[in-house]
Amino acid sequence: MKILVTCKRVPNPEQKLKLAGGKIDLTGATWQINTFDEYAVETALRLTEKGKGGERSGEVVAVAIGPKDVSQQLRGVLAMGADRGLLVAGDDGALDADAVARILAKVVEREKPDLVILGKQTVDGDSNQVGQILAGLLGWPQATFLATIRVAADGKSATTTREVDAGVEEKRVRLPAVVTVDLRIIAKKAVRNEALAGADAEWEETQRYASLKGIMAAKKKEIKELTPAELGATVSPLVRTLSVEAPPARKAGARVGSVEELVAKLHNEAKVI
Amino acid sequence: MGAVLTFCEISGSTIRTASLHALTAARELAGKHGGPVVAVVIGQGVGAAAGDVARYADRVLAFDDARLGPALAETYAPLIAAAVGTAGATAVVGTATSLGKDVLPRAAALLSAGMASDVIRVDGTNKFRRPTNAGNALSDVEIASPVVVISVRQTAFAAAAPAATAGKVEAGAVGAVDALGADVLGVHATQSARPDLGEAKIVVSGGRGMKAGENFKILEELTDLLGGALGASRAACDAGMVPNDLQVGQTGKIVAPQLYVAVAISGAIQHLAGMKGSKVIVAINKDGEAPIFQVADYGLVATWESAIPALIAEVKKLKAAAG
Repeated sequence: MKILVTCKRVPNPEQKLKLAGGKIDLTGATWQINTFDEYAVETALRLTEKGKGGERSGEVVAVAIGPKDVSQQLRGVLAMGADRGLLVAGDDGALDADAVARILAKVVEREKPDLVILGKQTVDGDSNQVGQILAGLLGWPQATFLATIRVAADGKSATTTREVDAGVEEKRVRLPAVVTVDLRIIAKKAVRNEALAGADAEWEETQRYASLKGIMAAKKKEIKELTPAELGATVSPLVRTLSVEAPPARKAGARVGSVEELVAKLHNEAKVI
Repeated sequence: MGAVLTFCEISGSTIRTASLHALTAARELAGKHGGPVVAVVIGQGVGAAAGDVARYADRVLAFDDARLGPALAETYAPLIAAAVGTAGATAVVGTATSLGKDVLPRAAALLSAGMASDVIRVDGTNKFRRPTNAGNALSDVEIASPVVVISVRQTAFAAAAPAATAGKVEAGAVGAVDALGADVLGVHATQSARPDLGEAKIVVSGGRGMKAGENFKILEELTDLLGGALGASRAACDAGMVPNDLQVGQTGKIVAPQLYVAVAISGAIQHLAGMKGSKVIVAINKDGEAPIFQVADYGLVATWESAIPALIAEVKKLKAAAG
């Protein structure tokens, strides 16, 4: 099967966010692939594998939108094992979810994947919208915040589980479809393509890291550069950020000398136990 | 002079509490749009629930059909989009619940409308405040489309109280229902004695300093004693000590319990982002210089090996005394 997977770059969440003049100051920021997109890549790769380290069948195409620098994140995804990359030129900081989804819809028209996999949200914008908007624009079914996915042997449907407020929902979607993935998708047996992998197939409980061999192989893989105009997409964001400020800072409290003192304070002073 | 359409979720014959918070935001926004609050109720056999929703809205559009029994974004989003036309709405409001997050962006796509997620403040007809970067920033955004869509964070708005007079309930025209080949096969309530990490009043989290997965057993004991949920830092998840879905942080779950107990967690920025909204934070770490102490209300410099058994004993004493 052919899978399109998104990889947005985000500022490293391990670095302190700098705010200046009502904006997020990204000078000096180091970039990495959005964590949930990294899980999406892992999901896509597992769906093209017979098992951990097993033979592969199918194609995983990674798409990013942004300046040329984003080819670094794409190259990283190719080193994980994705087959080729697409880099759509754009000012990623100025795009809203609608604009991103409209560009992706054009990429889908061009690539005709069986499945599009995205992270459930980016860890900077936190909007949690792109997958759903994309599915709406395409008129495709959607399954969001996935904990597991199993593609049927005939490749015509996928059965998923997703965390909802009432518990765990089991949802089946016809393919092609758009899915977004959550934390649990990297569990050992969370992902399986029945056409390739048996019920006993399992992977490491983590997203894979690029091996040296993968990094070498990635250098030879194609990253095609495109513009929204070449794709036939018009970019006009509907949501604009006017200003950004820091939330009220939290003050450090007191040190306690013993467990007894801690429990007494939690009970008598904070009244939380 | 547009109406504010409000997607109201229901449970049996009543409105879900989560939607009462959306109705408060909708009422506020309706003041700025100069129109009524029109609630949308979708499902199978929704008559009684629509009557309950009417207590809080000026008008209710009820879409009632057997094919709408399963809550599917594929079938619900087109009805919300159609209701915008019926009601003459210039805004759509819902709560950022699992269903709201699933359905509202899809409806926005069908309306060619811009959407702001997790809104915590209404600043104008099309201006809203929302947290981004896992709460490390508050962004003021403006939506340029003729119809605006928002999901609200339920803790930021009070629950609506019933209005003096209930609104009128009208049947919405369901028309063709196409699930696009999607189907809900079942919803299974989580079989856990512990509360959900996102909703627990008390969360106990362990970090890399716990050294091994089996050492989390003692944290589970403390967690269960307190009636809380178990969490972990990314470092502990990445090290394979606990499953990834316990991860608290910017790349995991964002929690805001009454009490957060961080055990052997150093306090990486991305972890702090996921828990610093907690009311009371306790840090237990053997390294007195660990950054977690900078956000902790109560800090105890100690190893978990010594502190946690003592803490369990103390809490047991407290519970025994309370009888």
